[in-house]
Amino acid sequence: MDIFLQQIVNGLTLGSVYAVVALGYTMVYGIIQLINFAHGEVVMIGAMVAFSVITALAGTALPPVLIVFAGILAAVPVCMLLGYAMERIAYRPLRGAPRLAPLITAIGISIILQHVALLIWSRNPLAFPQIIPLASFDVGGAIITGAQIAIILTSVLMMGGLTLMVYRTKLGIAMRATSQNPQVAGLMGIDIDRIIAFTFIVGAALGAVAGVMVGTYYGIAHYSMGSLLGLKAFSAAVLGGIGNLAGAMLGGILLGIVEALAAGYIGDLTNNVFGSNYQDVFAFLVLIAVLVFRPSGLLGERVGDRA
Amino acid sequence: MRGVNIFSKAQAQWLGVALVAIALIGLPFALASVGTAWVRIANLAILFVFLSLGLNIVVGFAGLLDLGYIAFYAVGAYAYALLASPHFNLHLPFWVILPIGALVACLFGVLLGAPTLKLRGDYLAIVTLGFGEIVRIFLNNLSQPVNITNGPQGISRIDPFRFGSFSFSQTETMLGLVFSGPIKYYYLLLLLLLLAIVVNLRLQHSRIGRAWEAVREDEIAARAMGINTTHIKLLAFAMGASFGGVAGGMFAAIQGFISPESFVLVESVMVLSMVVLGGMGNIWGVVLGAVLLSFVPELLRYTVEPLQKSLFGRSIIEPEVIRMLLFGLALVLMMLYRPAGLLPSAVRKRELAKVAA
Repeated sequence: MDIFLQQIVNGLTLGSVYAVVALGYTMVYGIIQLINFAHGEVVMIGAMVAFSVITALAGTALPPVLIVFAGILAAVPVCMLLGYAMERIAYRPLRGAPRLAPLITAIGISIILQHVALLIWSRNPLAFPQIIPLASFDVGGAIITGAQIAIILTSVLMMGGLTLMVYRTKLGIAMRATSQNPQVAGLMGIDIDRIIAFTFIVGAALGAVAGVMVGTYYGIAHYSMGSLLGLKAFSAAVLGGIGNLAGAMLGGILLGIVEALAAGYIGDLTNNVFGSNYQDVFAFLVLIAVLVFRPSGLLGERVGDRA
Repeated sequence: MRGVNIFSKAQAQWLGVALVAIALIGLPFALASVGTAWVRIANLAILFVFLSLGLNIVVGFAGLLDLGYIAFYAVGAYAYALLASPHFNLHLPFWVILPIGALVACLFGVLLGAPTLKLRGDYLAIVTLGFGEIVRIFLNNLSQPVNITNGPQGISRIDPFRFGSFSFSQTETMLGLVFSGPIKYYYLLLLLLLLAIVVNLRLQHSRIGRAWEAVREDEIAARAMGINTTHIKLLAFAMGASFGGVAGGMFAAIQGFISPESFVLVESVMVLSMVVLGGMGNIWGVVLGAVLLSFVPELLRYTVEPLQKSLFGRSIIEPEVIRMLLFGLALVLMMLYRPAGLLPSAVRKRELAKVAA
């Protein structure tokens, strides 16, 4: 029972990170039907920038929460700029080109970003300085750390904020209109190019925060951390129904829990033939299963609900 | 002054082919005089041409983006390594294993393709990417409870190619020329590559090749014309995979050592860059792309590295990083400015021009 609860807590933490990253994929997909392959790298850059700032400030007398906040504050604009630049330089000229073209560009960008990060921060992983006291709480036999609580809370806040923005503001209405029919939205006076760029920027900002969260959770940030994380988040988005905001959140959390439970129990279930080192396989298995049996995802049927 | 036309067009073509053939035959000795390392680079380049041709069947002919292509290469390499090394104490001859490797890779291709080929293009790309990762994770971990792949340590002391007592790894002197191991492999690889190119050229204009093209251009129309699209796409996958399998087997034999490290996602991207750079769907374009992207980074390695050392006193940018940046840039810039590749296939050119207009 303890293992079960513990894995649920761990899964919930990781799942909420997946959910936030998945939102970036799903928003872009919902609006221009493009899989932004490089989104995982944006998350990575966010983590690296934040870690650099946090490491630089770690020696000062500032309170730890403020230092982490400063890290996030530095990472978000950098990633927003990156998201905008990506859209402007690489994706916008290819709008309307065959599907293969932007996909290949996205892979190219992802490779470039990864190696630029390698140039700036070197091959060695950045470690998160031990500035936050390791507070942990016992909840019914499972241990939950302060960092985990912070991660879950932040994700919930961001998801709530995004939902509000998409459904309650003018900008959100414009985004939804563009995703439904760009031509008509354009005729209604919406500047489509601006809305699409804005979608990329919001997705990248979410990604930056997610990067800080996942880095804090594992304690390290690494130039190649983005691709696997991005892939899993994409799987989460597909699981929930790509293009659907609520779907991305649900898919992310479900995937996190499935992964954690599978990693916790696979050894017992298979008599230790397979161990928890197969953890990374489950995301792909989930992805393949969803695509084969229910390509629209869990919440995919509500096509009108895209953002 | 205008040149006098001595040759007819056909004669000129034959002359060109003969010149290329002579150049290719002489190449390893020219390279060997610079250093044996360059012969090895040439061999790897041929392997990459081989791989690109295989991927070109999937991406270029049939229009299916496969981002896990290196998995088939891995399968072929491991098939060879397991059947011809002290690991299981099996030492089958290579002409038995290479077809087995092709078959196993083909099987994996079908295994991956069967459930996923109904998917739309971009989903397929992600699933294949995931498949590539799964294969690598399994290679890394299948050392327990039964040691099959030897985990991250990989498999070493793999047998070289051998015909009876004639081994491809030994140096021999024939007709006053020194044939080192890599040079012998070079000729074998060149022969196999020639075969692969002929197969590809024949495939392209065959009934199957035309069916692939039809599926790529418009799947619904193709189905309406009576093409079994799932079938034909699966065939592309299987065919491409078996090319990868054969290349993998040769890679294992030449290197004598393989580990999961050699089959990471980046390698898939590399092969894809070669296909894209050269021109998806055009066999000669793909060959050109693969040769360029195999040699240029190596040339850079030997020029930029000393240049950096002399300018700054140390190496600031690792050659490996330069190589990868080059691949990334090639993908992005090609898609933006020359989406059909350096040597575009006629159909692609038409299709992409239409979109740009």
